[in-house]
Amino acid sequence: MLSDFIMRAALAGVGTAIAAGFLGSFVVWRRMAYFGDATAHAAVLGVAIALGFQVSILGSVGVVAVLMAVGLWALTGRGFAADTVLGVLSHGALALGLLAVALVPSARVDLDTYLFGDVLTVSKTDLAVIWGGAAVVVGVLAWRWSRMLTATVSPDLAYAAGIDPRREQLILTLLLAGVVAVSIKVVGALLITALLIIPAAAARNLSRTPEAMAVIAVLCGIIAALGGVGLSFTLNTQAGPSIVCTAAALFVLSLLRRRA
Amino acid sequence: MSLLTAQNIHVRHGAATVLHNVSFAIQKGEIVTIVGPNGSGKSTLLRTLIGALQPTSGQVVRKAGLKIGYVPQKLHVDATMPMTVRRFLDLPTRVTDVEAEAALTRTGVAGIGTRPLDGLSGGQFQRVLLARAILSSPDILMLDEATQGLDQPGSAAFYQLIEDLRDSLGCAVLMVSHELHVVMSASDRVICLNGHVCCEGTPEVVSAAPEYRQLFGTGTKGALALYRHDHDHGHDHDHPHCHHEDAH
Repeated sequence: MLSDFIMRAALAGVGTAIAAGFLGSFVVWRRMAYFGDATAHAAVLGVAIALGFQVSILGSVGVVAVLMAVGLWALTGRGFAADTVLGVLSHGALALGLLAVALVPSARVDLDTYLFGDVLTVSKTDLAVIWGGAAVVVGVLAWRWSRMLTATVSPDLAYAAGIDPRREQLILTLLLAGVVAVSIKVVGALLITALLIIPAAAARNLSRTPEAMAVIAVLCGIIAALGGVGLSFTLNTQAGPSIVCTAAALFVLSLLRRRA
Repeated sequence: MSLLTAQNIHVRHGAATVLHNVSFAIQKGEIVTIVGPNGSGKSTLLRTLIGALQPTSGQVVRKAGLKIGYVPQKLHVDATMPMTVRRFLDLPTRVTDVEAEAALTRTGVAGIGTRPLDGLSGGQFQRVLLARAILSSPDILMLDEATQGLDQPGSAAFYQLIEDLRDSLGCAVLMVSHELHVVMSASDRVICLNGHVCCEGTPEVVSAAPEYRQLFGTGTKGALALYRHDHDHGHDHDHPHCHHEDAH
């Protein structure tokens, strides 16, 4: 018999996997992994601020993630965002967040939840946030899919067709911040990028078109989320690592069926 | 009115000014080729005309609703993105299977729709890029060094295809090339660029201009004649056509 909290955990995992699966394909195609890391790490700072000032975690994480994402977007426009700069920002934000949390005495107990995820404690409100966020992410991606895909294949092809690739990149960046904000409770800040990248990487080996890859990435993400929640429940392990390990196992399996 | 006009544009890359005071216009049905040595700003000019670069002064004016079919110099689809030829033709606007196959047939690569993009030869890839560009029924086709990596008969056949497309679609064509000997006779007008417009006119006028000879030497005139000879007796076209009347 499935108890309520497992059902909620499973639903939270599936909702996160849907958003991360669709968006993750773009993260992989555009090589935005480090970008995702930096945004997710900034979220830790958001958590510290929320705990320190007793404000909404979702709001605080959302605002900090958006600021980081838009800042990075502005830097890439100036040709700045080389690996090194992203590395400095990403790890700098993480360290600053950890430092800030350490200065808030009451926060230490909660930190693990946001670093590694705690899918077994999601509330109904969390669920609403996750599924609402997933709906927005999927809706925006579906709406702008062709424009984003064209801009990803070649910015010049996009310009010639009257599409502004910088705008599409900004929207993707904002969606990334959104996914970070809603999935932090499920997988934790340290492993959000993994949930974006690994299902998409597994899907790449099984697909011939971008759409097929995105859909298969979602399916892989759902399997990983459900498997991870089960693992987390049975072994009493942290949710984030459990989900990501399951996803990584799927990736290894996908190598067996690799297509060109 | 011209399809596309550049008025006294200046374009900078960082600290360097790549284009100085370039003015340019192209009319319906015209084939215009931009030639110039490496680093002369040819690609920069094309990218400014499509809107990828902003001029620091001057302006680019497009006819309202102008549709551009752009064939880039290189297109690298990241290996992480699976992409078939057929799917690529749907970017950015979906087309029917019939339209897609017709475009591939038109550019001489019928039946390769199911192939992944990264498995194509250089020549096939260029023709797929061209097929995608004509699917939007463009008012103007823009090609940036479209025949890079093709051998000379391959280039000649490609330019012949461009000319046929111009005739059947009624679009203007703007090309950038350094393959002077092949390009010159296929153009109605040639613009010789070296940061600024050195000279401009019919292929005959430009190849005789002192500015052009200073940049490219006098050898190309011989090559031009040689190419025309080849072209008259070409083996890679299956129908007669009146090419020279167009070019003059």
